[in-house]
Amino acid sequence: MIDFTDRQLIEVLQDGLAKVSRPYALIGQQLDITEDEVIVRLTRLKQLGLIKRLGVIVNHGKLGYRSNAMVVFDVPNYLVAQIAGHVSQLSFVNLCYLRPRGGEQWPYNLYCMIHGKNREKVLQQLEHLIDCCGLSSIKREVLFSRKCFKQRGAIYKVSLEQKKVVSDG
Amino acid sequence: MDEIDRKIINHLQDGFPICELPYQVVATELGLTEAVLIERLKRLLETDILSRFGPMYHAEKMGGELTLAAVKAPQQQFQQIAEIINAMPEIAHNYARNHQLNMWFVIATDKAERLSDVIQEIEQKTALTVYNMPKIKEYFVGLKLEA
Repeated sequence: MIDFTDRQLIEVLQDGLAKVSRPYALIGQQLDITEDEVIVRLTRLKQLGLIKRLGVIVNHGKLGYRSNAMVVFDVPNYLVAQIAGHVSQLSFVNLCYLRPRGGEQWPYNLYCMIHGKNREKVLQQLEHLIDCCGLSSIKREVLFSRKCFKQRGAIYKVSLEQKKVVSDG
Repeated sequence: MDEIDRKIINHLQDGFPICELPYQVVATELGLTEAVLIERLKRLLETDILSRFGPMYHAEKMGGELTLAAVKAPQQQFQQIAEIINAMPEIAHNYARNHQLNMWFVIATDKAERLSDVIQEIEQKTALTVYNMPKIKEYFVGLKLEA
């Protein structure tokens, strides 16, 4: 599906896009391919969904989003899809995932993230969520973040075997 | 940070074009010059208001794996455990949260099979049980935060 050049592109690009007029030409120079080829390959990687998004990631704290709540619910399995559908409609919900329950002490399966600028507002939004999604009788917990230790993307490397295949060929 | 910075941040959270003169395209849409856009973007990155500018990859489609995990870190060793976990390159995010499970982190590996090794390594280095909660289904992701 993707070849060695695509992998090189992925690796070079993860350090960020250069702040120059023609950033894709610069990447082309690094990889010894044309600007056009970089554009065609990146467009394809985006269509294939390997690149989910190209753009900026904000530092939540610096933008004032200091109240980040992870809300977890113990939703009966047969209701999950329906409830998750409702939850996902709410504009203040940033993420909604189904995850495995973690035993008696952690029976929760539906995870919602709400990023807000203050705790009171987030708690109001949560109350609204519980009301309008019919979750009042569902067991839940709210975990506010106290401190963000680390926030960055994953790291991808061109695999050594593939490098070897290319150099042998 | 002023109104122009906010416009830039909000606009670029929706994406960045893949074409010959992408900054020029965005600058025109925002009513700025290319030079001003580039200058401001550099400053927003230098001052860490933007943590990254580039691609967000799809871990699973890249052959990698992503999971959410948590540990119950005793208060006395909390900082030390945070340091051990954060030092590992596979840790993408790490948050302290108000619960008995008080440290929550995302592990991202570039090879799916590496994930269990990383979990084992954390367990060995911290002597704590790692609660692994991989995604079963993603219902919604919309991480745009208005500046």
